Amino acid sequence: MKKAAKKGRDATAELLFEIGCEEIPAGMLPRAESELRALLERYLSAESLAPQVNLEVYSTPRRLVGAATGLLRTQPDSTKEILGPPRSVAYDSVGAPTRAAVSFAEKQGVALNALELAVTAKGEYLMVRQVTPGRPAPEILRQVLPRVIGDLAWPRSMTWTSCDGPRFIRPIRWILAVFDGKPLRFEFGGLTSGNLTRGHRFCGSAAIPVRGFREYESKLARNAVLLRPERRAAKISKELAAAAKRLGCTTHRDPELLAQVTYLNEFPTVITGDFDAAYLSLPAEILITVMRGHQKYFALEKKNGELAPHFLAVINLPGDPKGQVRAGHERVLRARFADARFFWQADQKCRLADYLPRLERVTYESRLGSFRDKVERVREIARRLAEQWAALGLTQAGVADADRAAELAKCDLATEMVRELPELQGVVGGLYAQAQGESNEVAGAIYDQYRPVGLDDPIPRNLTGCTLAVADKLDSVVGCFAVGIVPTGSSDPFALRRAAQGIVKILLERKLALSLSQAVATARAALAKSLPRLNLSESRDAHILEFILDRARYFFREKLGFAYDEVNAVLRAGADDLADAHRRVEALHAVRKSRNFEPLATSFKRVRKILEKAPAADKGQPIRPDGFSLEAERELFAAVRRTSAKVRDAKRAGKYSEALEVIAGLRKSVDRFFEEVMVMAEEEAARRNRLALLAELLGEFSTIADFSELGGEEARGAVV
Amino acid sequence: MKSKVKLEVGRGPAFQDLILKLSRFWADRDCVLQQPYDLEVGAGTMHPETFLRVLGKAPYRVAYVQPSRRPADGRYGDNPNRLYKHTQFQVVLKPSPADIQDLYLASLEAIGIYLRDHDLRFEEDNWESPTLGAWGIGWQVLLDGLEITQFTYFQQCGGLDLDPVSVELTYGLERIAAFLQGVESVYDLRWSADRTYGEIRLPEERQFSAYSFDESDAKAIRGEFELYEKEAKRLLDGFASAKGDRRERYPLLAAYDLCLKCSHAFNLLDARGVISTTERTALMGRVRGLACLTAQKYVEQATGEVAETTSEAAP
Repeated sequence: MKKAAKKGRDATAELLFEIGCEEIPAGMLPRAESELRALLERYLSAESLAPQVNLEVYSTPRRLVGAATGLLRTQPDSTKEILGPPRSVAYDSVGAPTRAAVSFAEKQGVALNALELAVTAKGEYLMVRQVTPGRPAPEILRQVLPRVIGDLAWPRSMTWTSCDGPRFIRPIRWILAVFDGKPLRFEFGGLTSGNLTRGHRFCGSAAIPVRGFREYESKLARNAVLLRPERRAAKISKELAAAAKRLGCTTHRDPELLAQVTYLNEFPTVITGDFDAAYLSLPAEILITVMRGHQKYFALEKKNGELAPHFLAVINLPGDPKGQVRAGHERVLRARFADARFFWQADQKCRLADYLPRLERVTYESRLGSFRDKVERVREIARRLAEQWAALGLTQAGVADADRAAELAKCDLATEMVRELPELQGVVGGLYAQAQGESNEVAGAIYDQYRPVGLDDPIPRNLTGCTLAVADKLDSVVGCFAVGIVPTGSSDPFALRRAAQGIVKILLERKLALSLSQAVATARAALAKSLPRLNLSESRDAHILEFILDRARYFFREKLGFAYDEVNAVLRAGADDLADAHRRVEALHAVRKSRNFEPLATSFKRVRKILEKAPAADKGQPIRPDGFSLEAERELFAAVRRTSAKVRDAKRAGKYSEALEVIAGLRKSVDRFFEEVMVMAEEEAARRNRLALLAELLGEFSTIADFSELGGEEARGAVV
Repeated sequence: MKSKVKLEVGRGPAFQDLILKLSRFWADRDCVLQQPYDLEVGAGTMHPETFLRVLGKAPYRVAYVQPSRRPADGRYGDNPNRLYKHTQFQVVLKPSPADIQDLYLASLEAIGIYLRDHDLRFEEDNWESPTLGAWGIGWQVLLDGLEITQFTYFQQCGGLDLDPVSVELTYGLERIAAFLQGVESVYDLRWSADRTYGEIRLPEERQFSAYSFDESDAKAIRGEFELYEKEAKRLLDGFASAKGDRRERYPLLAAYDLCLKCSHAFNLLDARGVISTTERTALMGRVRGLACLTAQKYVEQATGEVAETTSEAAP
């Protein structure tokens, strides 16, 4: 053994570090892991303890763990080179050291013969190498590890002894620190670190000595702690699937909940529970929300997609042999479901519309009035939108439906069910509307009104829902901007970015024509009517439109995958109707690859520059068709006139690709014009006529997309 | 002949035995056993034995039962789990001991909960009382999915940073008793050997629900709120000029009582549904104002030093 230790001793050693805590909130652990990793990497490399550190980090509710291999036992020596006087001053003509050399050596505390010469850009200088011997790793780690604990940042830390005491996310109760098999002792927050860890709170030992990571992990497993989150997640997934299969069901997919229970348990085990099938008469949305939100249970679905009267709970124990845990969970769920049924019945003792007066007491925002006020505004906007869309021939757009949906939309905010399950706002209103005989169109619209909640969330299922959602979001954005609630950085308490994004997504996916400037004006007018004392100015509209356009640009790029310059080109040619802009950008994207297009775009850029630089007096003149003297001019003029007629026809028919292809056909004439014609001619009449021709060219053909925006780094670098 | 009489003994301790066991457990761990506060309060935290004792430096350990009235939670005795008045068992340990979680778990064993057979977990739940200017960090303790205790490391109380930090354990007695006795409705709980919870408390639940929701005179209660607040302010304002003997016995405790009365009046108005969201925030702010002033002056009175207030509100 002795021999093996001598011979097989690795050049590097392992550090095992565990911060043992009272239960850390599950949602904070993944971030804490990556922060622990970053801190350890930073400190270990700053101390040159690891040329190649191999770091693993893990966490459970009661511990944050880092294990590093490949650490040096001793820090490498560090050498500092100190320059002294130049050689010419340090040695005399016969090469003997001068006073300067002697005093430099004395000052640095070295013998004369230890002086070296360093060649620098400025010449040769005396130099002393000062070597600081590396310190032993344990000594360094004892200083560094307490700093790592102190540097870990949490969303909301606490004290547990006194104001001046340690701060952390929850009280730290033990610290395990082992280097190269031996305990590292240091103090933190009144604790002394050592080589002891703890197992599962009820199924493990409270003092387990360890020397290294592998031993640590296997001893923990024997003490009912699965250290690696991925192993816990895998165990849960496997058991969920097995339990579901036994019941002939599938688990309701819920990755978020899976992540949560992975970090809530040190030894997760899935158990099955049942509930009274009579509760299945309640809507599945409500049952699932109760199970997931409060109890963190997975719901089960039958083959036909309906909810099954079972649930799967993840418990922090190896098993439930006596069935006591199951009985407890079933009992709690019974009480929760009984409550939900009570709310379902009590809320519906009156009709949804009867809740309207109660909305007067629910504040939306102090300056923007109650939800009752908001409802009236949203109704007004929704009616206008529906009227517009109906006039455009959208036969599904029912003004009466939109009005009814808007009227009832916020009523559920005053119900017991939403007070209990706030995440179901909208959904509950939709379910009550359905149960009370509102049409599918109206009930579905209420149900979906908060959609889409993200880039990938679906838009409302029907046109009335889209109308309601756009109206509600417009009111929120216009209202909040009016009272100065404008999103900045990470602060967006009314989720206005999400609202604007939602408007964009609905208009684009549903292909709804809408003048944004008119819509904003409509919302402003509704606001003025609802709150006459509010100081509303039209000048804010531009700011709001820019805010919405920002989200549109983002959506075109990130969700729809259009290039930066394509989006800018199209929006510069007109951004008031996003659905139209969408068709234009699609056409532009398709046509762009054709042979003539990029060269033509380059010419357009040139045209814009020429026109920008031309003196004002030269611009704004009408074209004199008989004033062209060169063939190339005449050809371009004829091509422009011919083409613009075709382009207008194609545009009117909504055939943007065709229009763009026709425009691309101009390339030959444009190229020839620039080859043969000097635009800024000496003669005033010729110059002005040529500029007029170019102005018409640019004006006529930039209404689908501003081609001068295409290509080039300038466009790409623009700030959005 | 021995006559064999089969007694119908239900499982788990009777409600009153639960109280006795917890009291014994914490008395054995150096807690003063206090009595419930004799005013309407919404939670054990509002008892001066918590609200005022956690202020300042002096160590203290206390345990008591506190019937807690929450008018808006009343259900006329119809709902098996929701009550106008529920019973909290409150423990405050100042400073918080390092083994507090183990102590707490031992108290569960003491009332007959065998932890290896149950799924017990501490789930994040940071408690705050906006009317008391108090908040803390901690968990709700779940026993097989049932919330049985609020476990909080107090960080602030009355707007003052706490030093040392106290730990507060609030046991929900009805829930724990129902769990141990295996009954579905709180009204079926055995209170004593021969009386149920329903026999003892049902009329109270029905009448106070009716009062809170239907019969109370909101205008009169608003008037009370104003009166109590005025009187509390008068007392708090007078403290500054109180010197010597008068300062020492100056009735800040009475000011605190008035603050509690305001809080209850607010709860009654809230249950009556006559407060809008905006007004709600404003009224809560007024109660908090009284609570924070009382806390500051209480510390001044006890130490002769002006308490440092922080502007850090509960996030």
